[in-house]
Amino acid sequence: MLRVPCPWCGPREEIEFRYGGQAGIAYPTDPDALSDEAWADFLFLRDNPKGAFAERWYHAAGCRRWFDTVRDTATYAFELSAPPDEGNP
Amino acid sequence: MTGRRTVSGGPAIDRALPISFTFDGEEVAAFVGDTIASAILANGIEAPFRSPVLGRPRGVFSAGVEEPNAFVEISEPWFEPIVAATMVDVVEGMVVGSRPGVGRLRGDAPRGRRVEHRNAHVELLVVGSGHDGFYPARDAAARGERVMLVEQHRTIERGAGGDFRAEGVTYLTRATALGLYDDGYVTVFEHADELDRLWHIRADRVILATGAFERSIAFADNDRPGVMLSYASSRYLEHGVLVGSRTVVFTARGGAYATASNLVANGGEVPAIADVSGTESDLGDAKDAEVLRGWVASGTEGDRWLEAVHLEGPGGARRTIECDSLLVSGGWDPNLALWRAIGGGLRFDDEVHAFVPTDGPPWLSVVGSAAGEVPNDAPYWFVPSEDYSRHFVDFQRDQTIADIADTVDAGLRSVEHVKRATYIGTAIDQGRTSGVITAEVVNALLGESPGWQGPSNARPPAVPVPFATLAGPFRGDLFDPVRTTPMHPWHIERGAAFENVGQWKRPWFFPRDGEPMERAVERECLAVRTAVGSMDASTLGKIEVVGADAPAFLDRMYTNRMSNLAVGSIRYGLMLGLDGMVLDDGVAMRLADDRYLVTTTTGGAATVLDRFEEWLQTEWPDLRVYCTSVTEQWAVVAINGPRAREVVSATGTDVDLSREAFPFMTFHDGNVAGVPARLARVSFSGELAYELHVPAWHGLEIWEAVMAAGTPFGIEPYGTEAMHVLRAEKGYVIVGQDTDGSVTPHDLGMDWIVNLSKGDFVGRRSLRRSDVVRPDRKQLIGLFPEDTHALLPEGAQLVLEDTGRMPMPLAGHVTSSYRSPALGRTFALAMLAGGHELHGRTVYAPLPEGTVTCTVTSPVPYDPDGARRDG
Repeated sequence: MLRVPCPWCGPREEIEFRYGGQAGIAYPTDPDALSDEAWADFLFLRDNPKGAFAERWYHAAGCRRWFDTVRDTATYAFELSAPPDEGNP
Repeated sequence: MTGRRTVSGGPAIDRALPISFTFDGEEVAAFVGDTIASAILANGIEAPFRSPVLGRPRGVFSAGVEEPNAFVEISEPWFEPIVAATMVDVVEGMVVGSRPGVGRLRGDAPRGRRVEHRNAHVELLVVGSGHDGFYPARDAAARGERVMLVEQHRTIERGAGGDFRAEGVTYLTRATALGLYDDGYVTVFEHADELDRLWHIRADRVILATGAFERSIAFADNDRPGVMLSYASSRYLEHGVLVGSRTVVFTARGGAYATASNLVANGGEVPAIADVSGTESDLGDAKDAEVLRGWVASGTEGDRWLEAVHLEGPGGARRTIECDSLLVSGGWDPNLALWRAIGGGLRFDDEVHAFVPTDGPPWLSVVGSAAGEVPNDAPYWFVPSEDYSRHFVDFQRDQTIADIADTVDAGLRSVEHVKRATYIGTAIDQGRTSGVITAEVVNALLGESPGWQGPSNARPPAVPVPFATLAGPFRGDLFDPVRTTPMHPWHIERGAAFENVGQWKRPWFFPRDGEPMERAVERECLAVRTAVGSMDASTLGKIEVVGADAPAFLDRMYTNRMSNLAVGSIRYGLMLGLDGMVLDDGVAMRLADDRYLVTTTTGGAATVLDRFEEWLQTEWPDLRVYCTSVTEQWAVVAINGPRAREVVSATGTDVDLSREAFPFMTFHDGNVAGVPARLARVSFSGELAYELHVPAWHGLEIWEAVMAAGTPFGIEPYGTEAMHVLRAEKGYVIVGQDTDGSVTPHDLGMDWIVNLSKGDFVGRRSLRRSDVVRPDRKQLIGLFPEDTHALLPEGAQLVLEDTGRMPMPLAGHVTSSYRSPALGRTFALAMLAGGHELHGRTVYAPLPEGTVTCTVTSPVPYDPDGARRDG
């Protein structure tokens, strides 16, 4: 069980959080302009790297705020944690 | 003769405190400080154990957690189905029985031990209290750090001199680290005197001072009772027990000479030491022992107990020596099970002939003998032979070198595969005495050098743990939080049957005079259709959405428009996921220009609030909107039925209830029965209905007022089952029952609520996806079984043609099914491929008890024009 660094609350137990998947996937400005393929790409397809991965977390049982992290998917080590409006990590 | 109590000595026991216990029905004498194993040996009890597969007699083989033979069931003073006899301290009156390696559940609800869970946060956790663990723990505590030290035995290891404890360190004794997890999370099972304790410890740093296990050597009949790891004889001397009168030592390390010396000093006899270590060692007190260099044990003899050992020397020389005890030592293997289970690496070290740790997580380190400081002299794992069929490797699985050879002959090369083919290492001792030998036997069989591959991995828990300990206090009422409404005491008083909806307890139905559920639900439904009924709807999720941008925000979250909803009005809304599938539904009440109260399903409240927050925080941080859960702040009474207006009026209110002043889908704030209240005209039954919202602390009072006022009108309380029947008669879906995350508004026939012209909303683009516009998607329909009494089971599959032969192409499934008092028949809602176009058609539900023939109908079987809702 990870110790997740919430940028507001500090390190807390993973059980308090909900995982939000890859970070930095912006909602398309004009979904209507997208082909089915491009929309499906936005909806369903995410990166799955070995190593540094920008991802979102939600402190569901804490401050109820979303934030972004960079985590190494091989070692699980968090390298960065920041509020979502402070730029894509 | 086998083991016996020494005349004096034994620091681990208190000879002034004799106790007794029962083992396999016989009374056995012991001292405080004895383990079950030391007491059995002290009393010379012969071969009390049996191997689980072959039934071979077995004796105590070790003095620790690696014990593969001596397993017992404890039945008094607590119940434990199986535990190593080496790990349990005897208490007065204990009742113990030998178990052949397999525990047994008992039907008579035996008394388990009291259990608690505890959490701890520390800077440093040390596993193992020996010399290696003592100093880092002491030093960290001296620096002011919070330090915990876990030790599997009752006393702190002698390495630091007696039961000597460092100041400032929290000691957990008779405790085992079950597993290490990410970021220094460690579970520890503490077997305290009064109870079992499961610790959840979060440590910044973890040091493993887990020591080493003595390695056995595989040879013919090496499992005979009387054969034991050499270190164990020294441990039993600390309990004042001599494991044998006449002991032969077979060793690959010089250190075993000290063990021999120790035995002689305590009254034992050591006639010979068979030594393949290749080193010179001091015999000490065992000066009468004949040292046989290069000799090995090639077999043993004995009826129930060891009587002689066969030795084989250089050039084929053979000897047989009578003995009642044979001590074996192949060397020491670092105890790295916890290290490996969290991903720590291993390499074989040619200097110490053992697997030692390499890289691991940054918060974890290994020290001392666990880190490879082991005094091994020779790489020696098994005695070469023509016949390997009795060279036992895993005693608890009764597996031999011959069994390993069979799997290698069959083509297996990896120890992980050999493990799964032979089950070596999968018993409750986790293969602690067999893992390294197995790996080296496989390496040798494959013609590879020692250490070519290491032992198979072990997984938590490190020792058997009762499920009751893992569950701890989280059982019964404490398993999950129970949420009840302010009206709950009334429901109990009235004898309601309850249903769990999420964590909520909701009245399911209110049986009268012991009537069965079917009768109660019928009565409740008829009351709503013909007179009036009241339901506790307090569990509905309620969220206040407030702020200048609240209207725009809700337009983006719901499929229909909420921004043009007038203050004082209510609108039903459907919420989709980004994939266009129905996520939740509810109504929105506009309380003010910048303020809405939205309701959600009982089970969906948290999900919806989380969804709101996600969009507001991550996608639209520019919107000025605040969301607050008010589910528990409001109690809600739903009053449904043709006489609902009269009941509200009789309850006493200053709100004008007339049809003109208070139309459907509006609300008014006012007073009801002297309590500030919000009255809303929404209906989940299709009848004239009012929802009465009051501050939660008035909930019970207002419920009682409504029931009292409603009595002359024949009011009946109704539960969730009648509510389900009533809403299904009207084709109102329940999200999560009629939908399953793969259903669009169109599938439900609810295009009317999707406003494609208002601008973008969550899920809108997905409604055009090619898969979503397929005409053969499953769509909501009603079903009338031909037999008006046939009740389809929910989940029943539907087919268009009943061929009578399986498999049949499946066309849909039943989502809701009830007996309808209003319709005088059974009916169902179902999802059917292309169902919108199939009204009137016959479909079949093939069931084990016979096929039910049904007609497809509109999903609104009752009052399709909605004439009843205005009363």
